[in-house]
Amino acid sequence: MDIPYTVKPRPDTGLYNAKVGIWLFLASEVMLFGAFFSAYILLRVTAQHGFWPDVADGWPHGLLNIPIGTFNTAVLISSSVTVVMAWMALKENNFPKFRNFMLFTVACALGFLGIKTFEYKEKFSHYVIRTTDGKVVTGHLDVDGKSPLFWNLDTVKAKNIEKLKVEVDIPNKYRFPVGMHVPEDIHKAHAEGRHHDEKEIEVSQIESLKAFIPSTHPFFAIYFTMTFLHGLHVLGGAIVLGYFAFVGTDLWRTNPEQFTNRIEVGGLFWHFVDLVWIFLFPVVYLL
Amino acid sequence: MSHNHHSSHGHEAAHGGHDHDHDHEGHKKIYWAVGTALLVGTVITVLAREWEFSSVALTIAVALFVASIKAFLVCGYFMHLLSEKKVVYLTLATTVAFAIAMVGLILWSDKDPVTGTSPKTFYVP
Repeated sequence: MDIPYTVKPRPDTGLYNAKVGIWLFLASEVMLFGAFFSAYILLRVTAQHGFWPDVADGWPHGLLNIPIGTFNTAVLISSSVTVVMAWMALKENNFPKFRNFMLFTVACALGFLGIKTFEYKEKFSHYVIRTTDGKVVTGHLDVDGKSPLFWNLDTVKAKNIEKLKVEVDIPNKYRFPVGMHVPEDIHKAHAEGRHHDEKEIEVSQIESLKAFIPSTHPFFAIYFTMTFLHGLHVLGGAIVLGYFAFVGTDLWRTNPEQFTNRIEVGGLFWHFVDLVWIFLFPVVYLL
Repeated sequence: MSHNHHSSHGHEAAHGGHDHDHDHEGHKKIYWAVGTALLVGTVITVLAREWEFSSVALTIAVALFVASIKAFLVCGYFMHLLSEKKVVYLTLATTVAFAIAMVGLILWSDKDPVTGTSPKTFYVP
């Protein structure tokens, strides 16, 4: 027995089954990401100007790499164009063209995830260090030429390091204004227009050393939660689109209209993933 | 597995017929144009960061306005919402209503019910 309305639209809704299904699913996804955006807003407005970050609204600014984020946005937008062009290719009965566009789409998805992985690694090896004199610096560690991940003060002490080499970030208008908790020599480096400064900090003077991870500040908690959830959606979409393009293509020979509808529905999910990033990028990277 | 008695029908529909070629070309041009507009919108959003707006609220409004234009283009053209059926609009209208209620309730609940003030949190690394 055939399942009805996989191709022919239902007379009551005017849609085929999968389209009804995907729109209902996307409606639930709106609630999912909407909840996280609400959490972001709440965390942001309740953050108070205080010890770190030493800025008026208490929220870290300039910690994310905007050029990389912008490039990632362009990658995702391009993949959205190619997935709809892939569907158009099927409408024109051009299967090789469809495959080429889908290949580009999946490549963009994997590229996006690769860049995200690089960004995450950069965060895990980026630290906020508070010293006993009440000063705060951020930067990457240099331990025997390597930049370690997920260290804390206990890790540093366990390795019997007496002096820690840090490539300290110089605050600027994007990465915190030079505030009261920034050491004097960093003030000087800022005045000289430098972006980084090599510093050796006595481990005995360090009160706390934390990586840019969720437990350090709610900004990182919400950043990693939202971008990781979005990344999972990118991965899932890439797997499904890749499957349709390269593995599950038999349906094109037996029922091309139903296959075209599957691509349309997969594309709708992909556009939603792009849509979430269109809001997520300015909210976490720019504002 | 579905039977292929639709296939001959399907091939005709998938072929589209010569009289639909013009439509395909028109749609493809629109998709490329929308893609270009989205990229331009992204550049505008990033450059807008350099502009000093008079207030935080205005900064947020400008950023979200540009994002909304981009969202409209994606939803309207890529997701074909501009020419969709009523049932999709009804589904999305219900979603938007509930989403607004959810966001509104979360933000409204920020205030302490007794003191009427919003708690502030202070982070020390």
